[in-house]
Amino acid sequence: MSPADGNTAPLVHVEDIDTYYGKSHILHGVSLEVGRGEVVGLLGRNGVGKSTTLKTIMGLVSPRRGKVVYEGRVVTGLPAHRLARIGIAYVPEDRRIFRLLTVMENLRTGFDRRGVSEARRQELLAKVFGYFPVLAERRSQAGGTLSGGEQQMLAIARAMMLEPKIILLDEPTEGLMPRMISQIREIIEVLHREGVAILLVEQNVPLTLAASQRVYIMEKGTVRHHCPSCELKVNDAVIHQYLGV
Amino acid sequence: MELVTEFLHAIPYDQILIQTLNGIVAGMILALVASGLTLIFGIMDVVNFAHGELFMLGAYVGVIIITATGNFWLALTVATLIVAALGAALQITTLRPLLGRDPLTTILATFGLSLVLQNYALWQFGPVARKIQEPFTGSFSIFYLQYPWYRVLIAALSAAIIGGFWLFLKHGTYGIWIRATTQDRVMAQAMGIPVPWVHTAAFAIGAGMAAASGVLFAPLVGVTHAMGLDWVLKAFIVVVVGGMGNLGGSIAASIFISLLESYASIWLDPAQAVIVSFVVLILTLLFRPTGLFVPTPK
Amino acid sequence: MSKGTDRLYWAGFSLILALLIVAPLVLPEFWQRFVTEILIWGLLAMSSDILIGYTGMVSFGHSAFFGLGMYGAAAALISVKPPNIWLALGYGLIGSAGVALFVAYFSTRLRDIYFAITTLIFSQIFYVIIFTWTEVTGGENGLTFSRPALAIPGLFSLPFTTDTLHWFVLGVVTASYLMMRRITQSPFGMVLQSIRENEARTRAIGYAVERYKMVAVMLSGLFAGLAGVLYAVQNRFAAPDFVYFLVSGETVIFNVMGGIGTLVGPIAGAAFYLLLREAFSRFLTEYYLIPVGIIFIAMIIFMPQGLLGFLRRRLNQ
Repeated sequence: MSPADGNTAPLVHVEDIDTYYGKSHILHGVSLEVGRGEVVGLLGRNGVGKSTTLKTIMGLVSPRRGKVVYEGRVVTGLPAHRLARIGIAYVPEDRRIFRLLTVMENLRTGFDRRGVSEARRQELLAKVFGYFPVLAERRSQAGGTLSGGEQQMLAIARAMMLEPKIILLDEPTEGLMPRMISQIREIIEVLHREGVAILLVEQNVPLTLAASQRVYIMEKGTVRHHCPSCELKVNDAVIHQYLGV
Repeated sequence: MELVTEFLHAIPYDQILIQTLNGIVAGMILALVASGLTLIFGIMDVVNFAHGELFMLGAYVGVIIITATGNFWLALTVATLIVAALGAALQITTLRPLLGRDPLTTILATFGLSLVLQNYALWQFGPVARKIQEPFTGSFSIFYLQYPWYRVLIAALSAAIIGGFWLFLKHGTYGIWIRATTQDRVMAQAMGIPVPWVHTAAFAIGAGMAAASGVLFAPLVGVTHAMGLDWVLKAFIVVVVGGMGNLGGSIAASIFISLLESYASIWLDPAQAVIVSFVVLILTLLFRPTGLFVPTPK
Repeated sequence: MSKGTDRLYWAGFSLILALLIVAPLVLPEFWQRFVTEILIWGLLAMSSDILIGYTGMVSFGHSAFFGLGMYGAAAALISVKPPNIWLALGYGLIGSAGVALFVAYFSTRLRDIYFAITTLIFSQIFYVIIFTWTEVTGGENGLTFSRPALAIPGLFSLPFTTDTLHWFVLGVVTASYLMMRRITQSPFGMVLQSIRENEARTRAIGYAVERYKMVAVMLSGLFAGLAGVLYAVQNRFAAPDFVYFLVSGETVIFNVMGGIGTLVGPIAGAAFYLLLREAFSRFLTEYYLIPVGIIFIAMIIFMPQGLLGFLRRRLNQ
């Protein structure tokens, strides 16, 4: 299936990935793609390999077989810091902000890069503080003192500082209150409008279906189903089969 | 009453004063050495056995430069830079390939390095100790005693270097990179921080700090190929007592242990005074294993 | 091990044993003593393998066990006349057992790197004590004494020659090896290996990990002390240099070079290291450690399983 927006080549194309943790064979021939500016969902029960897929794309884990193609270029095996600099950002499960760095310093890890003028940095900061005013308030506080929801926002803001073309979002709504969940929903909207692609791993099915254009469903380390999210909204049976909800 | 006054008279006040000063001086040098060790351990989980040899090589390079130019400050700067570069080279060749493997391998690799470096020094410089002159002589009077200015300078410079390093960590992009990498190597990578190079830089900085300590300390003792051994052991003790990876803790621990040792040397002979640091270590391990100067984890 | 491997193993074992028995008869004196020394250091290395290779506890404290065994034997051989080898063994083992107990206590409270550093510092503590307590230990100069005879008081007394000493050492080391092999392949040994693989899980299953670790340290210390006694008997002196942490470092080198977790690997590692040292010191006198050190580092990087590491699976099934 080709990406919904009609653009020819996908932004990220994962082909037949096999990833192992030590001896455990986690991913069995996973293939998927994300088009420019698309929001794509990745659903599945716990432990099926969704996070591992994201980590493989991010270069944090090297696949034993298969390849990851970004903007037409094979990037399998490149270290994560190279990928971050060419436009792939990662927001992991449990956020993992730098707890001992201040909010500002966390953000700086994103925009303190070569080629970013001071003016641009201020723009990025202003933008992010606009979306997340609470971060502006707490900018000099240590990351570890923030609440769970605030940390999630910081994690996403930090990724935005990289000015990425695609953000890999791993379970952003886990453990959050409903109010925060809708804030996350809004952010995904905003990013989509700005043309940033998102690969969204989630357990929250309704959110994923609402936010994404297409959805992949994984089971036991491989992709089992793939369709536009609108189809899934009416097809409860598939959801039930793979996700048990 | 008699006994009390007798006791008070028996306390060697002048000795205590001198030893307090000595303790602080030795403590600051130890703090400089231990800071490098802590930095390296904190950021890449490497127990750098060869740290004492970097100290020793710094001293030797210092000796060479002083003999050639007579300028102590030049020697200090050049030795620091050369050994820092050496540290970077060593990290790239022997430690990078071991990234991600069992931590035992890095202890062994650095142990191997320490053997090679020590014997290299023995080969190049021979077994006879070299001496260098203090950059200036002269002492100041405190009460009725004389205390050498140079020693005060050592303490002040070490403090300045550590302070400068701390400032570097707290401000500026590279300081943030180092702190981020120390806290979460994986996410630092994911944020585009070139972690392998941060590791190399950290090792180089640690090596440079060790070298600077070596040059500063050299006028006080003879420079020999084995001078690093005692320091590395003490530095390990300090790092454990101060809390692994805790910079402030290792500085406090350095001064604490050095003071105790200096006081001990009033009554014991120096070879035995080292037992003090061992005892402190054992007590720390028994009662506060996370470190004496670290708040007890909840 | 499977039947086939079993037979192969015993065949290899017998062959090497035969070679070692014949050695003193064909080799010149210097090399005879060299082989005997390899055996003694090999025993020390094997003892350390119990901790490093089987339990996963890296110890830099073996020089303390070795040294106390040596000094214990020295104490027996000096204080009791005529020098009695069994007494020497006894004192030596008690000495190293005492140290082992001390280390064992701490071993259970510390993990990994902390344990390694602490054992290192412990061996230094003993070094300082031995170095400075000159009246008892002879300080820097150590102690010299005469070699005891192989004797059972009242029955016979056979003074050692280089040959017979070699066979005695061979006997002790072989017996030790077989004992250690038995231990590591027993259920106890399996638990140790399980601790090495995943301590948390082993504890969760219900094993008193602390106790197992302490026993491992004691065993390791005892065999190391035994090596110390043999060394004292062979060389007739005890010196603080052997308690210095460098000896521990070399022991770990033997283990890693030879292949941890195999028991035979460490002996091979000791032999390899000592041969390298001998070879290089012919050309480079005192600086042999430079090339040997470089080879060691290269082996860690490119050959981390050591010389005999490939045998590990086979030997430990």
